[in-house]
Amino acid sequence: MARAPVRISMPSEAKKGEIIDIKAILRHPMETGYRVDRVGKKIPRNIVTELVVTYDGVEVLRWHLQPGVAANPFIGFSTVATNTGELVFTWTDDAGTVISESRTLTVT
Amino acid sequence: MKQIGCILRLAIALCALPVAGVAADQTVHPGTYYLSETMKKLQNDDVANPGMLWVSEGEELWERPAGPEQKSCASCHQRAEETMKGVAARYPAVAEASGELFNLEKRINHCRTTHQKAEPLAYESDELLALTAFVAHQSRGLPMNVRTNGTAEPYFEAGRKRFHQKLGQLNLSCAQCHDDNAGRQLRGDTISHGLGNGYPAYRLEWQTLGSLHRRLRACSYGVRAVQFDYGSPEYLSLELYLAKRAEGLAVETPAVRK
Repeated sequence: MARAPVRISMPSEAKKGEIIDIKAILRHPMETGYRVDRVGKKIPRNIVTELVVTYDGVEVLRWHLQPGVAANPFIGFSTVATNTGELVFTWTDDAGTVISESRTLTVT
Repeated sequence: MKQIGCILRLAIALCALPVAGVAADQTVHPGTYYLSETMKKLQNDDVANPGMLWVSEGEELWERPAGPEQKSCASCHQRAEETMKGVAARYPAVAEASGELFNLEKRINHCRTTHQKAEPLAYESDELLALTAFVAHQSRGLPMNVRTNGTAEPYFEAGRKRFHQKLGQLNLSCAQCHDDNAGRQLRGDTISHGLGNGYPAYRLEWQTLGSLHRRLRACSYGVRAVQFDYGSPEYLSLELYLAKRAEGLAVETPAVRK
């Protein structure tokens, strides 16, 4: 996998003050660190530790993930449409990989 | 010991069940029919359904050039939304030229080696799963309709035989679970009719997308039988038989299964 695919669903336009529903999923193995490989060697932990979502520069969501979260973590949340701006989704994992995706919300 | 206990319980449970209601007078339900409401919701939500991550990857791979001539799938087949629509519903199918039975995975690799002149993708690799899921996804909602006569007949008969053949230490055939006891409880799970119309599917147990052959290997393991190779003729003909069993049911790729 060259790039971890991300799928995000949210409206591209909303009225000011409207509550918008946002859904996001990231492809990630969420390796717990408790498993061993075929020769009994420990597979190092590599989980997504954090998802931060900012909307027009303001943080609207911060999610601390734990090893108990299944692979390909999915989250659904909502926020209030304030101004036209970018929603930036940033996932960080144990290996230090940072995956960032953004979507524009136009507020009328 | 725990494992032996489990096998014994399974064997006893199966022996105790009445052998009745074979497929002929039974409605065959897709795997989704036996899912909980939560899992049905997960499967039907294109963002929450993790299988769609592979479909997205497949969409990218469709456009990616490979081989010395730098041809992509799209170079020949253009827009998959149009050209691949309905393809999964009639697979596995026999190639007219060679008389060989192809499932989608094998067909994609055939394209790679003969037309793109590139290295085949490993069975069960994320790339092959992604392309297969992407191609199959174009047929989502269309009824399964495979050909089982003519050149396909010997394969279909081999598949039928395999389905009814008792296998492994538990001496069980596919039919004993998936025909005779479909819809009943086997420990914590409901036995399905054993169809392949949702594959490649995302199984929660695997935490990833997997091919139908991976699922069949799990079944072989479950009855303590020989696990055939990915893409083996044994599983290919069985895949054809399963596809015929699912006739008329909608392609669900990527399905979500327990």
